[in-house]
This record gives sequence, structure tokens and C-alpha cells, in this order.
Amino acid sequence: MRTIDTDVLVIGGGATGVGVLRDLALRGIRAALVEKGDLTHGTTGRYHGLLHSGGRYVVKDKQSASECAVENEILRRIMPHCLEDTGGFFVVTPADDEAYVPLFLKGCQETGVSVHEIAVREALRREPLLNPRISRAFEVRDGSADSFLATHSNAEDAVRHGAQVLTYHVVTGLERTGDRVTGAVCEDMRSGETVHIHTSYIVNAAGAWAGKIAELAGVKVTVVPGKGTMVAMNHRVLNTVVNRCKPPADGDIIVPIHTVAVIGTTDVHVPDPDVFGIEAWEVERMLSEGEQLVPGISKARVLRAWAGVRPLYKDQDVADDRDIPRTYKLLDHEARDGVKGMISMVGGKWTTYRMMAQEATDAVAAKLGIQAECRTHLEPLPIPAGAERKAGLYWLGKPLAAIEADSSYGHLICECELVTRERVVDAITSGKAANIDDIRRDTRLGMGPCQGGFCTYRAAALWHELKPATPPANDPPHGHAGNSVALLRHFLQERWKGLTVIAWGDQLRQARLDEIIYLDTLGLDLLPAPAPAEQNGAEMVTAHPAIATEYHAA
Amino acid sequence: MTHDHIELSLEQSLDHCIKCNICTAACPVSAVTDLFPGPKYVGPQGQRFRMPGQPSPDESVDYCSGCRVCNEVCPTGVRVMELNTRAKAAIVEQNGLPLRAWLLGYQYWFGKLACGPLAPLANFGASNPLLRTVVERTVKIGRKAPLPKFSTYSFRSWFKQRTKSQASKTAAVPDGSQSTAPGSRKQVVYFHGCSTNYYEPHVGQAAVEVLERNGFEVIVAKQGCCGLPLLSNGAFKQARSHHEYNVEQLLPYAQRGIPIIGTSTSCTLTIKEEASELLGMHETAVRMVAENTYDIFEFLRLLHDRGELNTDFKPVQRSMPYHAPCQLRAHNLGRPALDILELVPGLQLSESTAACCGLAGTYGYKAEKYQIAMDVGAGLFDFVRASGSDTAVCDSEICRWQIAHGSGLEVKHPIEILREAYG
Repeated sequence: MRTIDTDVLVIGGGATGVGVLRDLALRGIRAALVEKGDLTHGTTGRYHGLLHSGGRYVVKDKQSASECAVENEILRRIMPHCLEDTGGFFVVTPADDEAYVPLFLKGCQETGVSVHEIAVREALRREPLLNPRISRAFEVRDGSADSFLATHSNAEDAVRHGAQVLTYHVVTGLERTGDRVTGAVCEDMRSGETVHIHTSYIVNAAGAWAGKIAELAGVKVTVVPGKGTMVAMNHRVLNTVVNRCKPPADGDIIVPIHTVAVIGTTDVHVPDPDVFGIEAWEVERMLSEGEQLVPGISKARVLRAWAGVRPLYKDQDVADDRDIPRTYKLLDHEARDGVKGMISMVGGKWTTYRMMAQEATDAVAAKLGIQAECRTHLEPLPIPAGAERKAGLYWLGKPLAAIEADSSYGHLICECELVTRERVVDAITSGKAANIDDIRRDTRLGMGPCQGGFCTYRAAALWHELKPATPPANDPPHGHAGNSVALLRHFLQERWKGLTVIAWGDQLRQARLDEIIYLDTLGLDLLPAPAPAEQNGAEMVTAHPAIATEYHAA
Repeated sequence: MTHDHIELSLEQSLDHCIKCNICTAACPVSAVTDLFPGPKYVGPQGQRFRMPGQPSPDESVDYCSGCRVCNEVCPTGVRVMELNTRAKAAIVEQNGLPLRAWLLGYQYWFGKLACGPLAPLANFGASNPLLRTVVERTVKIGRKAPLPKFSTYSFRSWFKQRTKSQASKTAAVPDGSQSTAPGSRKQVVYFHGCSTNYYEPHVGQAAVEVLERNGFEVIVAKQGCCGLPLLSNGAFKQARSHHEYNVEQLLPYAQRGIPIIGTSTSCTLTIKEEASELLGMHETAVRMVAENTYDIFEFLRLLHDRGELNTDFKPVQRSMPYHAPCQLRAHNLGRPALDILELVPGLQLSESTAACCGLAGTYGYKAEKYQIAMDVGAGLFDFVRASGSDTAVCDSEICRWQIAHGSGLEVKHPIEILREAYG
């Protein structure tokens, strides 16, 4: 058993939690963060990557729109390396009602969302595959964001300023002394060790899981997990974020992010953020709605489908989950429930994470009687070592240009996403990655067209070579080799689950090749290691029920 | 932008790549140098990182020789070479056409200037080691690369002379007009290309004689360079005007169903598909000319299939090695020259299995690529030398020069052998 003392404990390693951690650290407040998986393992790592201009909310959710517009500019300043300035369009397709346009423009004006109309001809010149039958086009300051890199940059800065980050630590209980929360009991999922964290204050930033954390303190917080399914296309069909100019609905946006274009998204209430599947109709809806924006897109190659759960906070009755405001809410449990020592930050968007963190930290600082001002909007984030992206905004060709600059193309582990051996080795030896999926979040390994077909065995082999000296604590059957095989299987499983609902056409052909590589050539199912389902909360893989998501069909 | 199905299939071919690496395994260039990371890397893989309006992120695509082996072996039909060549064109568009690419792309101008009476002088210059070293230092054209010899007369001048002297016949004046006198004789248009005209008029002479042996009246239409040297150097804008000119000249014949026949596999491939695909030119006129264009042995084989080929061959008691050039293989015709030449009694041709001679158009002329080209061709040179023959056979002129350079053998166009068989 380990004991940690800190002033503030942040629960949740998504954008908000890590944002709060950085803010606390910059204000000189001693802080630690626990996350049950890897950083960004939850919703932050599963969203479509849109840096909102705010345009999407200008009619029905004005507060969110204003917040996005403000934060958009701040993020461009503090984390250019995580953002791509793709620009964004709102277009009126033949399926949309032009009557929405005046509402949209009025909303933009009221909320401070920058917008101007451009000629349809100009929009088509910039995006030749866009539906030529659009009647109007409006340009906004949308962009795309690398939420993995942003979160890691925040975490790195927080650690630099003295904060602690504990990943793979699941909160199993909160300790209460009378009406005050005084600490948390965690389990280190890799070693099975129990960790007690004594703290003066807890920030519940668990997103869709915030209700579950609050429950541990005996407080009721209703978070509605709103599942959003997204579909990634094989390459950048568009280079500009394109939205339908209409009230938000399923499949009305395409976001170019890194090498892919993501069509989003559905909004389906799920009872539990840990248990959900992706259904065929959702993929079909994305593609058929996508046709309105890019005719022919449904015939192009789909790379993968995945889902994330929105942490929607429901404090009053609304008819539809899509009507729940996207704005965030700070819950002071002392004022609200009479429970001291804890606040919950719920709702919100990735784009407003910093603002949420600022508000949460302001509240905590006030409780602790600390005067320090927020500086997160002023100080640029550091670029994590190993990320080849240099300063300045990201652009699509940047990773290829970097590989070309030092001719490191002979050292690619993941060919599709140009991940070099050096970066994978760094991820393994730094100790931050607990499995290959964690390396993926750092490097994009396995996120390209072949979905791990050619990189998984290479990454597993590197892991096997580099980690022989540190056998895992609860010695798995077949020792070190068994461990490496388990890692390999886990990552393949993680990649393949995103293919099951889109298994047709070119991607089915790809999946078949991958299957031949792993099952026929390598005989993976015959290798001596327990199958993931039989593993007893394996320390390196995410079969643990607390962090396993999407394993079960709804 | 409207897309027809050809253009669409090129774009979609990116989606068809399943990363199997078969193209990289088969690539003759990446097999001999680390400077070329392979067709998959610079092709479908690199393509996902290219974006219109942004800087070209990669320079290594320049090491693709454009031999099209990748296209041939791809099990899912990805048009790797086209992706690569378009990526090169994007670099040219961004940086401009370097002097060397300009010189290689417009090499027919040297033919125009040096072919004829000045040929001996020009050939002295072109073979002068000192001068070649200066050229290598200044414009980086390899000093050892096999430059062809300028001919003392051009094919066109020979043909004109011959037409004049055969005034009794009703041959058309080769002015490209539509005024060819209608007659009972079957007509064909001969596309000689720059090399035959300025360097190897004997190939064109053989072709004309073989066609005439088969009862055809040969028309030598007005024509320009097919534009391939420009295309492979990424100079798309310039290549387009060449292709447009040729289509304009050849269309009247195509419209009348007169076959257009070439002895240069690269020229015919360019007219058939390469120019239109790379440049996205899919107009009716372009297609009509393309559909009426044949490699000479493709045409002779068609004649044979219809029972119309004159097979009155004299025995040729020789055995020679034969190499089907990349450009011919890209026609997807099999080996028409072998099919026809095997009708010649006594003639034995053994086919090479080498992927490429290495020169690949203008590729091997570039100083930094000379050795790569030689290494790529090494297997082929060994094969032809091992045959013990003093002559090798190959359809493409550039490949002939490279094989001759690499092996020391004389290399002939198969049409020259066939003409020999007609006696």
C-alpha cells in the first residue's frame, strides 16, 4: 500500500482533468491526477477532433457558442502545435431549409462567432468534392485539434510545475470524514496495489463517469452518457471542416483531422458509459448524411468507426438528449449537497476545456484561500519530447516532411501514419505507455488504413526486446513471451473492433489481409498466451471492466 | 470539377491500397538503393499527406523511375506510378522546372539541331569525355550515360525523298492534311517519334518496308514529340500542349479509321493512355486517337489473327536474347513481337525476366541516378551477355541504348529482324 498526500486530487485524465491539473500547478497548488486508463482514454480520445468556432451552437445554445468562440482564439495562441487551421464552412445543401440562414447569422452576431459568406464558386474551388448543389456557404474559424497531443502537452507542463499524474489508477472509493471528503482509495491496475490519496480537495472531472465518482461520495450527479458514433474515411476527402447550416443533427459535419476525414456524429443515450456498441444504422446514417456534403462519399473507403460518450449534464427535463446544452456546469457539492471538499465539473466541450479548468481551479483556489490568478490562457504549452511536430500550426504534410528531412523512412514501424522506430522506442522506454494502445494515442501507430496490420507485430517485437528486465508483477502464464503476445492480441482486438461494423469493400479486403497475416502466417491464435477474455484483470491491457469500453454490443 | 470514370478510378485507387508491399518488393529501384523508399511509400502512403495548396512534403518521390512495375504487380489495381508522377508534377509546379529537366524534357530540340550534316560534329561533342564532364558538373547529366548518336539524315527527310522518287505511286504528301487520295490501297499512319527521326531512321525504314510488304500505303503524318520526357519530369503544363498538338494532327486519320502505328513503345503508350491519364485529358478526340493507336507488333499480330499477315518469311538462323521493355508491358498486350517473330523459321528468341533496364526514359541520364540505373539493369545485362549472341532485341529505343551501354551488345528493334526475314 502506498500513500500520497496532496492538496488537490483531480479525478479524470481527459482534457478537463488535465487542464485543471495544469491550472492548479501553474498557480503553485500541489496537485495529483488519477486516471483509470491512459490519458485521453475516455471521451477526449474518442471525439472527432473539431476545434469549434461556435457556429454549431449559435441558434440553440448561445452560451456554448460564445464560450467556443472565445476559447478558439485562446487555444490557437497557446497550443498551435496541436491545431490545424483548416477553416470551416457552413453550407446550405438542397436538403436544408434556407430559413435557418437568418437565424444562423443573427446567432453568430449575438454570440461573437466570426462568420462571413463566401461565393459558392469559391467554396467549390477550395473543396472540389463538395456538393456542387449547395446554395450558400459561410466561412467560420473552425479547425481541427489533436486532443491526444494537447492533453499530453498539458500534462507535461503540469508535471513540470510539480504535479503528479497517475494513470491506470482507478478510484475504488472516496473517504469521508463527516460531511467532508478527505481522500480517495485507488487501485494501481498494473500492480494491483492499493493507493491512498489524502487530499484537502477533490475535483471530479471524470466526464461521462462523473456520476459514478459522485456516487462514491454519496452525492447524486446525473450525467447522461450521450454516445456519438463517428466514421473515419481512408483519407482527407475534404481539407476544410464542413458543417450543414441547420440545427445540429446526425451526420451533419465532416472534420479533416490528420490523414483522415471524420463524419460525425450520432447522439444516442446509453445507460452506462462503459457499455455500448456501435450499430449498423449509425454508420449507415453517417454515410447517407455525408452524401449531402460530399456526393459519393458513401462509396469511398471507410477506415473505421468508433464512438465516444459525451458527458452531458442533465439538471432539468429536456425532451431529447440533443437538447441538453453543451455548456458546462460547475457543481459545488458543499452548496448543492452539503458535502465539503469536492466539486464536479460536468458537461462542456473539448474546445472549452481550458475555460472549464479555469473556473474549476478558481473555485478550488477560493476554497483553499489561495489568491493566485489563472495563467493558462497566457502561457503556451510545451511540445512533448519525441513529438516531431515543431512549433507552429500543424499541416497535413508535416509528418511526411519531417520523415523526408532526415530520410528516416527506412525506420518506419507504422507505415500508414509514419511512426518511426525512434518514437515507438521512446514511448516504450519512457514507461508512460502500459500497452500498445497507449503508444497509439501518443504516436497514431495503427490508426491508418491497415489498422495495425503491419505495425502491431513490429511494435510488439520492440516491446518484447526492450522490456525483458521488468517482468510484470502478477506473473502471467508463459512469462515474458506470454505478456508480449497478450499485448499484441489486445491491440489487434482494439483495432479490429472498430472494423466490425464497417466490414465491406476495400476495408474488408484490408481486414482479410490482416487476418491472414496474424492468424494464418503468424498463427496468433495458437501462440501460448491466454486469450484476453480469460485474463484476470491483466495489468497491461484494458480488459479490466472499469476501463473496457465498446466490448459489448448494446 | 467533373470527374469521369477514368479520373475517378485514379483517385479511388488510393483507397484500394491494402499496404501489402508487393509493389515495394517488386520495385527494381528500391531493390538497389536506399534513396528510394519504395512505390508504396511515395505513392498511396505519401498521397494521404499531400494537400492541394500546401508545400510538397516529399522529395524522395523524385527517385521513382516511372517504370510501372508497381502498377503491374499491384493485386488491387492501385495506379501507383500515376500517383507518383502527379506528385512529381506538384513539385515542379511549386519549384519550377529545373534546367536539367528542361534539357531532358525538350531533348528533341537537340535532334532538330544536330541531326543531319552537323551530326558528326555533334556526336564528337556528345562523346567527348571532357565536354561530358563539364555537362555533368554544370547540369548534372551523367557523363557516362548512354547518349544516342545523331543520324546524318532524318527519317522524315528519307521518307520525303523516297516519296518523291516513287512519284508513280499515289502516296500522300506527309503534310498532315486530309487530302490523302482515296484509293483501294489500305492506309496506315506511321508515328515515328523523335528517336527514330533523329537517331535511328533505320528503324522507321524497316517499319515502312514491313508495312508495305503487307500491302499498306504508309502515311507519315505531321507530328511532334509525344511529351513523355516532359511528363516523366513533372512538366505537365508543357506536356499538355504537345499532346494536344499530336491529337489535332492525328484525329483526322483516326476519324477515318486509319490506324496510327508506332515503333516506339513509349510514344504509343503515351498517346494511348499515359498522357490522357496523367493530364486528366479524356475528351472524345483524345480517346479516339488513343483507341486508333497501335504498337507495330500489336498491329501485325492483329493482321495475323485475321489471316492477313504476309508470312512469306525466309529463314533466319539466329538465336538472340529479347527484352520486353517496361513501356511495352504497360500496354498489357503480352509479347506481340515474340508472337510474330516466332513465325520466322529458324529464329530463336529467349526472353529476359528482368524487371527493367534501369534507364527508364530520362531517369538514368541524371547524374545522381546513373549508378542506380546501371544497378537496376545489371541482371538484364548479365542475361544478354550470357546468351552468347552479338545482338539483342528490344522494342524501346532508350532501353536499347542502355542495354548496349551495359552489355556491349548491338541491340535492334524487332521490326529490323522482321524486315530481315522478308528478305
